[in-house]
Amino acid sequence: MSDRIADIYGARTPHTKGTVWPARVDQFLDPGVDEGSVDSWVQSACLLCSNGCGVDIAVKDGRMVGVRGRATDVVNHGRLGPKGLYGSTRWANSGDRLTRPLVREGGRLVETDWETAMGRIVDRSKSILDAKGPLSHGFYTSGQLFLEEYYALAVIGKAGIGTPHMDGNTRLCTATSAAAFKESFGADGQPGSYTDIEHCDAVFLYGHNMPETQTVLWARILDRTRGDDPPRIVCVDPRRTLVAMEAERTGGVHLAPRVGTNLALMNGLTRELLVNGWVDQDWVAAHTLGLEDLRSTVEPYTPEHVGDICGVAADDVRRAARIFGESEAVLSTVLQGFYQSHQATAASVAVHNLHLLRGMLGRPGAGILQMNGQPTAQNNRECGADGDLPGFRNWDNPHHVQQLADAWDVDAMTIPHWAPPTHAMQIFSYAETGSIGLLWISATNPAVSMPESARIRRILEGDQCFVVVQDLFLTETAELADVVLPAAGWGEKTGCFTNVNRTVHLSEKAVDPPGEAKSDLDIFLMYADRMGFTNRSGEPLLGWRTAEEAFDAWAAITAGRPVDYTGLSYDRLRGPTGIPWPVNDEHPDGTDRLYAEAVFPTDTDYCETYGHDLITGGTVTEQEHRAMRPAGRAFLKGAPYTPPHEEPSADFPLRYTTGRTVYQFHTRTKTGRSGDLNRAAPDAWVEISPTDADARGIAEGDWVRVESPRGAIEVRARVGEVMEGAVFAPFHYGHWEPAAADGGGHDDANHRLANELTMTVWDPVSKQPAFKTAACQVTRLRASDGPAPAPTTGASAPAERDGARRRRPRPTQGGGPTTSTTLAETPTYPLDPACGAS
Amino acid sequence: MPHLTTYIGLADHSEQTLADSFRTVAEGHARAADVFHTCRLLASWSDEHRTALAPIIERYGEADVDEPERLHAAGLAESRDGDVGLLRDLQDLHVLATLVQTTWTVIAQGAQGLRDHELLNVATRSNAQTARQLTWLNTRMKAAAPQVLIVAP
Ligand code: SF4
Repeated sequence: MSDRIADIYGARTPHTKGTVWPARVDQFLDPGVDEGSVDSWVQSACLLCSNGCGVDIAVKDGRMVGVRGRATDVVNHGRLGPKGLYGSTRWANSGDRLTRPLVREGGRLVETDWETAMGRIVDRSKSILDAKGPLSHGFYTSGQLFLEEYYALAVIGKAGIGTPHMDGNTRLCTATSAAAFKESFGADGQPGSYTDIEHCDAVFLYGHNMPETQTVLWARILDRTRGDDPPRIVCVDPRRTLVAMEAERTGGVHLAPRVGTNLALMNGLTRELLVNGWVDQDWVAAHTLGLEDLRSTVEPYTPEHVGDICGVAADDVRRAARIFGESEAVLSTVLQGFYQSHQATAASVAVHNLHLLRGMLGRPGAGILQMNGQPTAQNNRECGADGDLPGFRNWDNPHHVQQLADAWDVDAMTIPHWAPPTHAMQIFSYAETGSIGLLWISATNPAVSMPESARIRRILEGDQCFVVVQDLFLTETAELADVVLPAAGWGEKTGCFTNVNRTVHLSEKAVDPPGEAKSDLDIFLMYADRMGFTNRSGEPLLGWRTAEEAFDAWAAITAGRPVDYTGLSYDRLRGPTGIPWPVNDEHPDGTDRLYAEAVFPTDTDYCETYGHDLITGGTVTEQEHRAMRPAGRAFLKGAPYTPPHEEPSADFPLRYTTGRTVYQFHTRTKTGRSGDLNRAAPDAWVEISPTDADARGIAEGDWVRVESPRGAIEVRARVGEVMEGAVFAPFHYGHWEPAAADGGGHDDANHRLANELTMTVWDPVSKQPAFKTAACQVTRLRASDGPAPAPTTGASAPAERDGARRRRPRPTQGGGPTTSTTLAETPTYPLDPACGAS
Repeated sequence: MPHLTTYIGLADHSEQTLADSFRTVAEGHARAADVFHTCRLLASWSDEHRTALAPIIERYGEADVDEPERLHAAGLAESRDGDVGLLRDLQDLHVLATLVQTTWTVIAQGAQGLRDHELLNVATRSNAQTARQLTWLNTRMKAAAPQVLIVAP
């Protein structure tokens, strides 16, 4: 029986390089439920981060009562982390679910029936369409719906209404990952695989606090670093995370660049590869374009110059580059420290450049994992509910648009391809002026998660735009809506989703949704029916009625594209494991890693984009692209470092960065309703270095005010492991508070929202907002009666130096009992090179 | 070289006009965060072109490179209001940047004729960066146009 709040990763199952990762089945059941009394186990995958662990849902008396990892699944080999174990099902049974639609009457939201609620939406939608046309409609969705739901939404938006104003909160978490792939390789698509972990000599984690964002993936790495012939870890992060400690332990390097200077560091690493000859010349000549431009771009970035810009030791830059340059197989992973920071796309593309220069792609151990924040972000990108065209098609290529028009039997002119898709920040600007008059928000909480949240709330509550919200709960965003629709959640509906390394899982319905709640798919179909969207033959535009029919329609339109689902079906997905795309005649069992033949989807007629200027975001034209004759070669693209948009000043001398903790997900909609998780991180805090704390007379647990030019929060201080000059705040905490029994009841709920301080500024290519580069000041307000409510595990641990002084926070613990069973015989995993697949 | 110096003066002057105009648009449309930051960045590129040109102007003699008033292009003294104003401002910047670019093109020809490597280098590099300014202006106009033309509030 283990407490997985205290023991986040569970017991180690170390193994040697090149051998299969052992299987261990982790299980949690609600208190009072024993295994024998479970009525049924229903196949699914975890929806609480982008790792996508295979899971079975325990059902008893029509309720979800726990979860068990699937031993045969290629993703997790049976393991689950604390969020998956404690957070998967509790929310579903919490008493405050939305069970009936709500409409605004005299300023208040009141319960009503579906007929009335949908009637209001459709009336408003039709009248605005008549008056202002399709560009009056905007859709802002999630990274947590199912593939079938995104696809339905994409068809409604692009072929039913015809608006380019579609995006998701994936813009906040994963847009840079997609943008970076497109710039380097011509199309989205994760090159690497989790199986690279078993074969690599080094793992580079760029701005990726994997131990807190994808705990099971980190456990997989720990099982290598604690086994024989371990890889070295290189960590790029301004905080001393567990990754940083593992880097120290394995003889790797921890590089802690100043917030906002990632690209300078990457240019330095690139230059080191070039000047030391750590380049596979023949491979580069055969498979890439742009070497000489890249060489001249990075030339000024000597280790000393990089040291000055980034505040790191020049020799550490040399050591890290040497590890990259001399390893046989490097795995790189990238996340928010790069994506949500300054020059996001350029810095992420630079990771690709390092791999391309060494020809390290497409073989076991040599891989890239540009991560996603949310569990189904990948599907939003694939299906085009984020504004892209479905199937990684190029909106600038008339033939690609025509393919969709033919598949949907609509006029190609309907499909908005005459302008780039509108990104989230711009959608909210249009809603601000009323230029968008109907904004439909599904399964996300922008009032908490978007930058400059005070402005976002103003936009949502104003009269200039009619706001529809569909969600599980009355979130901070739903409270401001004109119509609120109750949605069914995970386990209450059927659908598929795809994790970071392209593995598709089917998630079956385990129980009925509460009250009148409906699946997001059924809600979208209901709207489409009531709007009367038809194709040119007069048939309903969305002809399908079930999730499976939607899936098959989706699979059909992926034929011939990189994201090929044509070989997948619900039947196939009911097997022992999820299956990574492409799955087609050529790869009937799926594909473990892309680009094994070093042929990239860059051909002008095939690619998803012609590319952009990484500094300005200006688009490359078709003619310019054709003139380069990429023909399957990858692009080496570079850019010089420019200072962040907001540098520290006398009034705001510290650098403010936001992030996450292992125990919470997103805006706590689900994790906040699991007492085990929420009590581990019940309230907001801010982390500050011992030096900066001393200079301000701040002790552990003191109430402090953190202020930027845009707003302020008042929370308690953790004197922690951030680098000097930096301040870290978790972004999960809005004004919603869970029940006291689950660790709720804090009086700072109205002044703790980390995004009050962040800036409305975004990367020129990916349009991902820069949550990690604002300037701030911290001042002490008063003492409190205990330490900060921050966990002591992970990167939020109190500073070691601070330990001897005053209060020592109690260790974070107290999760309910879970079981872990290591299997004596490890199953055979399809496509796994350690199981003999190649 | 009767008019090469005139054109060097034109390049210097029109880059300054372009830089000032980018800053005017940045300030005037600061609510559009990308316009604010990108226009300021692109203004700094024009500044850099002038800095690179400075030693050449000195070499040719400052008096000689004074270009006549009648060749001046007027910049944007003020920005226009609102979304349609932004679109129109971007068009004006595009016209100015086109003048700058063609100026560098003809200077590069002159520099080649004179085998003035330093000038050729400055003209070529500045020309390439001006092309990037134009590309961004085009991209941004295309992004803004549909909403402005069809549903501006
Ligand atoms: S690692 Fe992610 S997908 Fe796996 S159990 Fe944890 S939250 Fe769920």
